[in-house]
Amino acid sequence: MNNGVVRMRRELMIRLIRSFLAGTIEKDIDKIPYEIRPKGSDSVRCCIYKDRAIIKYRLMALLGASYESETDESKTLREYLDDALAEKKRPDKPITACGAGCSGCPDRKYFVTDNCRGCFARPCFYNCPVGAIRVENQHAVINQSKCISCGKCMTLCPFHAITKTAVPCEDACPVGAVKKNAEGIAEIDYDKCIFCGKCFSNCPFSAIMERSELLNILNELHKGKEVVAIIAPSAQDQFPGTVGQLFSAVAKIGFKDVLEVALGAEKTTEHEAEEFQEKMIAGERLVTSSCCTAYVEAAKKHAPELLPMVSSTPSPMLYAADIAREAHPNAQIVFIGPCIAKRYEVTLHPDKVDWVMTFEELGTVFAAMNIDVMAQAEWPIPRPAATTARNFARSCGVTDAILKELEAHPELAKRGFKADVKFINGLTPKTVKMLQLYGKGKLPGNFLEVMACCGGCTGGPCSLTQAFNPDKKGI
Amino acid sequence: MNEQGMIKVEICCGTTCYLLGAQSLLALEKSMPAPWIGKVEIVAMPCLEVCTNDNYSHAPFVRINGEIVGDATVDLISKKVNDLLERHVQ
Ligand code: SF4
Ligand code: SF4
Ligand code: FES
Repeated sequence: MNNGVVRMRRELMIRLIRSFLAGTIEKDIDKIPYEIRPKGSDSVRCCIYKDRAIIKYRLMALLGASYESETDESKTLREYLDDALAEKKRPDKPITACGAGCSGCPDRKYFVTDNCRGCFARPCFYNCPVGAIRVENQHAVINQSKCISCGKCMTLCPFHAITKTAVPCEDACPVGAVKKNAEGIAEIDYDKCIFCGKCFSNCPFSAIMERSELLNILNELHKGKEVVAIIAPSAQDQFPGTVGQLFSAVAKIGFKDVLEVALGAEKTTEHEAEEFQEKMIAGERLVTSSCCTAYVEAAKKHAPELLPMVSSTPSPMLYAADIAREAHPNAQIVFIGPCIAKRYEVTLHPDKVDWVMTFEELGTVFAAMNIDVMAQAEWPIPRPAATTARNFARSCGVTDAILKELEAHPELAKRGFKADVKFINGLTPKTVKMLQLYGKGKLPGNFLEVMACCGGCTGGPCSLTQAFNPDKKGI
Repeated sequence: MNEQGMIKVEICCGTTCYLLGAQSLLALEKSMPAPWIGKVEIVAMPCLEVCTNDNYSHAPFVRINGEIVGDATVDLISKKVNDLLERHVQ
């Protein structure tokens, strides 16, 4: 998506990386907000001073810090930088709600615009379930103290005269984890949050920020440490050029080796198919996929009855990390993908993966280092992963792979067993309710695939494009 | 101008421009305005090499008949091309 928020975020990242690579970051970093909003320039918010303050918070988040834990407002970016690079430490939570950047979007409210013609039919008046609408001087009026925000009037008006104000972060959150505090500023309840990143993608003021570990990774590379990249299957169409060229470009940054996470997906497929089979033979009712961390968190925090049915098979990332570790026992491992929740998954397995980088961050590193993917030679991929494993990146891919795998193990079929597969493609308040129903056994099916992002990982919050073509040339 | 006397619009698809907005410029290539057909050629290019210094914050870049244009938007490109087309007619 191309918009002002995305542009500013990427421009800042490129600036920061360039200055790190030039070795001048210590002296530059506190000046960046002033360079971007110099004296006399136009502001996007109320004034350049506020713009600068938010740019500082953005940079803090890029250094892994959070708004919530800020105690000393006068702490300089230079000090944050020193803290970030002092030890090998990842942020504890992947996102932060920057209250200073939040515009305090007014609560969801329906109101009637000038499009209203006070028509004779008055479907709004006749259909409001609580009688909140009256017509005065040929114009409908909503009594806000009665309105229950059902939205019926909005859908019925033939003149599209009724509209509503939105709170994009709250509207996007599938689990009600973003709430406004007493001052009307958005806050995240981390006990409910499943780290899906939907609030991050949807806030038009960029008040929800991702806490990055990018500079730590660059610092390890800069120190000459052995670092290996494992790349998520959804990488395939992120950049112009072939996957082989993309791997070469990644190696050019300084990674010692580049491996496909799809190799791990092959193992996930094998084990999950086996687990499904065993559990069905043992008479269990339902098995669900487990590769999407945000979904597993949703089950833990919002559908506990479903949790025992979540497959215990490790995710492709964890298997791929094992493969990488075997080949390079002393290397640090960086997962590169479109996902914010993976940052959280890694905090649960700190011995497997060292760092997480997003596709967006990867792009900004390429830009800062003037690496053009299309200009690279093909990377010799020793054994390309199976297409079914690469398809994990999109909705239905996991199920397809497992069904194919089961064809090779006909034990279940011999007993007259049939797989009855169901999908949840994208978590929303509605599909989270469905998870609870699945947990209670109120919905049919014996295998359920859940992806928090619509379309699967390719629709992830840090994906550069949603295009996806598993059969792309060069892999 | 290209060999056939058409106006040449080169959209940079190098990494910097791609990240900072070239993706949405490519829409022009896919759905060219009707009056441009036969008169304007639109091509996607590798890095035009204007992003390598501090200029990068003006990405995405396009080159219209040899002239580099920064902070390119669909609107800006359309204006420039329409100006050239008009001048062409006179
Ligand atoms: S979308 Fe939410 S976080 Fe963003 S400005 Fe509005 S209320 Fe604040
Ligand atoms: S669950 Fe997702 S949308 Fe809700 S607060 Fe957490 S990251 Fe944001
Ligand atoms: S990427 Fe467009 S000029 Fe370099």
